[in-house]
Amino acid sequence: MTIDLETRAPAPRQDNQDPAIFGQTPSQTVGPFFHYGLPWKGGADLVGTSDMGARPDLFGPDHYVLARSSRSGTPAGEVIEIVGDVRDANGDVILDAMIEIWQADAAGRYPGGPEGEPDPHFVGFGRASIDADGLYRFRTVRPGRVPGPGNTLQASHIAVSVFGRGVLKRLATRLYFDGDEGHDEDPVLQAVPAARRETLIAARDAEGRWRFDIALGGDRETVFFDL
Amino acid sequence: MTGVVAYDREDAGAPPSLVPDYRSTVLRSPRQPLVRIPATLTETSGPTGHWERLMVGPSGIDMTTQHPGAPQGQRIVVSGRVLDDRGRPVPNTVIEIWQANAAGRYVHSADTWDAPLDPNFTGAGRVVTDAEGRYRYVTIRPGAYPWGNHKNAWRPGHIHLSLLGPAFATRLVTQMYFPDDPLIEIDPIANAVPMPYRQRMVGRFDIDTSVPAWALGYLFDIVLKGRDETPFEPDAGDDHDH
Ligand SMILES: [Fe+3]
Repeated sequence: MTIDLETRAPAPRQDNQDPAIFGQTPSQTVGPFFHYGLPWKGGADLVGTSDMGARPDLFGPDHYVLARSSRSGTPAGEVIEIVGDVRDANGDVILDAMIEIWQADAAGRYPGGPEGEPDPHFVGFGRASIDADGLYRFRTVRPGRVPGPGNTLQASHIAVSVFGRGVLKRLATRLYFDGDEGHDEDPVLQAVPAARRETLIAARDAEGRWRFDIALGGDRETVFFDL
Repeated sequence: MTGVVAYDREDAGAPPSLVPDYRSTVLRSPRQPLVRIPATLTETSGPTGHWERLMVGPSGIDMTTQHPGAPQGQRIVVSGRVLDDRGRPVPNTVIEIWQANAAGRYVHSADTWDAPLDPNFTGAGRVVTDAEGRYRYVTIRPGAYPWGNHKNAWRPGHIHLSLLGPAFATRLVTQMYFPDDPLIEIDPIANAVPMPYRQRMVGRFDIDTSVPAWALGYLFDIVLKGRDETPFEPDAGDDHDH
């Protein structure tokens, strides 16, 4: 029987609503065409009100339907800029990647965390698309140190997600700051083989920005995490 | 502080990063094993509750009324719930939606396929789940489109979905497919997910949420990683190590 004559509903097939296969929705690639749907104006500027992060040049003003961020004021802390590229296993720059960050405020506070609520002028989530020059950029505040498991204290860090065409599931990594205190006691950094830790350390460039390049493969493949 | 409660790890339905049939994964997937890390506040917190300051605005959830006229195509209503993998609703989380038009064309300068653009359709929107994790949006059914992966390659019609979830650990980007589409069977991206889990991404046509003389209804629940949130109750007077 293909229909229930009472309701005119089709016979069930194995699909999203089937309890027999209930479980986590599988990840799929963001594809190459996300720019009009995801990166919003101001998404990469966690401090100010610029348009950083969006690429309206890729689809035209009539099709910008997303809201922009409305920040309420200036957060406390040292303002920093982060810049980097994303490369494939051949070392070629990927132009259609998207980067997200999540971080504590300057005092090391997360929503719901034990140190109290974050700076009311700061939301630690940002999103940037790769620019026409092959780089992603964020402006944010330098995050404070956050407690780790047990009695540990994590070094200052920013959680990073990488998305892109050909990336079937989000690649999660972390950015740490070169020369910072606490790297030898950070529980996440210590879980990474010593020889690969440098892929997680951003260094200042000639303009004072923190440079954090991401390699999806190749000799200096970035460390990605199993969360 | 004591340890935080970790979110569940990915389950058997998660695709691998490297799927050679989907050619772009070959140079864009790590070869080193993922490093397992302890859950910390960084992974278990997120910006829930601050969407208005971040991104959600008047963008609306009827993607057929964002322009002066009505878009071409079959109007559909997609609704469902966002749940965690223990079946509990995930309230107040953002779902970002983007898709091609009825002819399978994206409003993107990198989409050079020779199918018509629709001046009355962008195909982008956002919706926030309610207290029961429910969401609903109106759009048009996206068309299939060709791509360069292999000879005569066509993507099945799909809606791209992005969910923030409650924490960094729950972030999800996925695609919803349609139940009557023969292209799913031969699509390398959908088939990166092993059967039967691939079918978790196939929505169900639903007569009850179809609106008479107006729109067809599809149901699609989205399931994120969950965690054991049973409150920890210290046992009074029992302070030895377990
Ligand atoms: Fe697509």
